Amino acid sequence: MKPIQQVGIVGYGAYIPRYRIKAAEIARVWGVAGDRFPIDEKAVVGLDEDTITIAVEAAKYALRRARIDPCELGAVYVGTESKPYAVKPSGTVVAEAIGATPNVLTADYEFACKAGTEAFQTCIALASSGMVKYGMAVGVDTAQGRPGDELEYTAACGGAAFIFGLRSENTLALVEGTYSYVTDTSDFWRRDGEFYPCHAGRFTGDPAYFRQIKCAATGLMKELQLQPGDFDYAVFHQPNAKFPSSVAKDLGFSTEKIKPGLLSPVIGNTYAGSSPMGLAATLDSAKPGQRILMVSYGSGAGSDAFSFVVQNCVAEKRDLAPRVWGMVDRKKYIDYAVYARHRRKIQA
Amino acid sequence: MRKVAIVGVSCTKVGEHWETSLRDLFTQAGLKAMDDANTAKIDALYVGNMCADKAQEQGHLGALMADAIGLPGTPAVKVEAACASGGAAIHQGFTAVASGLYDTVMVGGVEKMTDLQTEEVSAALMMAENREYTGFTGITFVGLNALVERLYMETHQVKHEEIATFAVNDHKNAATNPYAQYPFPVSLETVMNSPLVADPLHLLECTGIGDGAAALVLCPAERAREFTDTPIQISASTIATSKLAMYERDDLLTFQATRKAAESAYKLAGIGPWDVDVLEVHDAFTIVGVLSMEALGYSERGKGARLAAEGQTAAGGRIPTNTLGGLKARGHPVGATGVYQVAELTWQLRGGAGKNQVSGAEVGMAQNVGGVDSTAVVHILRRTN
Repeated sequence: MKPIQQVGIVGYGAYIPRYRIKAAEIARVWGVAGDRFPIDEKAVVGLDEDTITIAVEAAKYALRRARIDPCELGAVYVGTESKPYAVKPSGTVVAEAIGATPNVLTADYEFACKAGTEAFQTCIALASSGMVKYGMAVGVDTAQGRPGDELEYTAACGGAAFIFGLRSENTLALVEGTYSYVTDTSDFWRRDGEFYPCHAGRFTGDPAYFRQIKCAATGLMKELQLQPGDFDYAVFHQPNAKFPSSVAKDLGFSTEKIKPGLLSPVIGNTYAGSSPMGLAATLDSAKPGQRILMVSYGSGAGSDAFSFVVQNCVAEKRDLAPRVWGMVDRKKYIDYAVYARHRRKIQA
Repeated sequence: MRKVAIVGVSCTKVGEHWETSLRDLFTQAGLKAMDDANTAKIDALYVGNMCADKAQEQGHLGALMADAIGLPGTPAVKVEAACASGGAAIHQGFTAVASGLYDTVMVGGVEKMTDLQTEEVSAALMMAENREYTGFTGITFVGLNALVERLYMETHQVKHEEIATFAVNDHKNAATNPYAQYPFPVSLETVMNSPLVADPLHLLECTGIGDGAAALVLCPAERAREFTDTPIQISASTIATSKLAMYERDDLLTFQATRKAAESAYKLAGIGPWDVDVLEVHDAFTIVGVLSMEALGYSERGKGARLAAEGQTAAGGRIPTNTLGGLKARGHPVGATGVYQVAELTWQLRGGAGKNQVSGAEVGMAQNVGGVDSTAVVHILRRTN
């Protein structure tokens, strides 16, 4: 899919909560032997943080880099599976907090871990058609894993916001095209009213994550007549440390190409925030003219692939807000007991 | 009794067949076996399977699979003997042809374990033990075999590495088997450093979870040339059981069922263990491979692990064992495993095992086990020129 008029990213921002818990600490509590875990450590929200506060932080940083008046935002979409309210949009709170209301389109998107990139596509289309001047898409989550479940090691908190608008001197990365691949594949789900999700073990691998990502990535490259060698960087959804590395290798991308955006080993799986945060981290260091492939993955299942070409103004914009790896290093370790309190597993 | 020959064999690749149903897996193997035997006529069908009742909530596999391969109305039943279901199905097919009741019989084995989560697989496999006194404690089959491995090492003062070499041998052989689930070599170091599943058993000492189907076509030996130029005769098909529950046994380190089935098989075939050119043993866990070798008569008690450690079980060794990967690396689609073993031996004796061919192999033996040797099925095959 290509926009009718050329569209690009004019601003981006990410936010990672300060707290970390090590995978080894989770393993200690559950009596799991060994030292091999899906990730090293993950980001955990503070007591006063949730999906909306993370989205607002990321959105503010995106606005700083976009150097636009928030009133110019014609749309604010929040993609998440961990909304604080089951009924009441997160988008309205975010839009209000950043000063984008009242003349703004707002909705929350849900498609497991690819809800954020669905919002990307909507904003790209709205900006390209001229219906809005700028559209903001936020991918954010404070995901929960059932205590003792494998997902507890990885389910983490974080998010990133991107502002899209027509191509101009203010564009820091141009959208070349996007491609979606969707099938009915039940690999991970959370029923209405349930607090923790269920998953189908190894079924989440080959027939789910790997299939969708590979089909979306190859579909996009075919449509744009590009090869893996044409890309300088790649970002794939990061449910753990292993999957994105494996899928990169399978598709023909070197470890070096995914390294700048590979955050999961040190912050965990931020679900809808995952691939957008990886893109933000990659933009923090990419040079003008470089091409970035990003492919999200949402259980259920589907993938959205994007090709971006970095533009000249990236260098002057990236230091207008905190860089992602700087936020990775800003951390405070907590033990499982404090983690249980922060994640409302125990309450006074 | 009539002599019985194998005139058609086939199998699917063992693996995670997410997009193929239990029925389709069986159909793929069954139709290919009929092609291999150049026949569309099957008088009876025996289907080996253990877990479909739980994994697919599907019973009545005889009628289901007969219909699936285009033969509704054919006499067909499921045969279940835990992990020995495949071998037991062959035994049933063998007796049916040998007795003169049926002429062309298909024996299939099929299992689709990936429809279950890992903990459900463990629970399903525990149906092979005594539920009332063992299963209810929560122990798994990995746990039971870990107890046996620990006892073996302590009793016979055997190094763990010697036992673990069984897995290394399997993986080396599977590397060139296109039907293998894990077609790559692993080092002893990798096996010993793999995560502990149940102390002292490491992950790479245990079979994985896999799906697969295999099928044979049997007929009276005197008619075999109607179907193929390379019939393989079943010289012996024996089955034996021992105490189902391990806690009731006097000696946990002797596989009594395998010993009984093997003694009968050697007698029927008129051979001894060292007359076998190519061997398939049921090494669901490395320790099971060791105890199987001992019970089959390849070593005295406590010395079985040396066979692998000294290279005797390797390709080109004194008794080439699990030449296409065995349970560990070809894979263990539970109720189909016994049929895979015999299909692989048939390829070896036909001279069609490709890169894994044991030169000049004339006699092959397969040992298929249910539970911790609660049931054992032994087949001895011979090339007939």
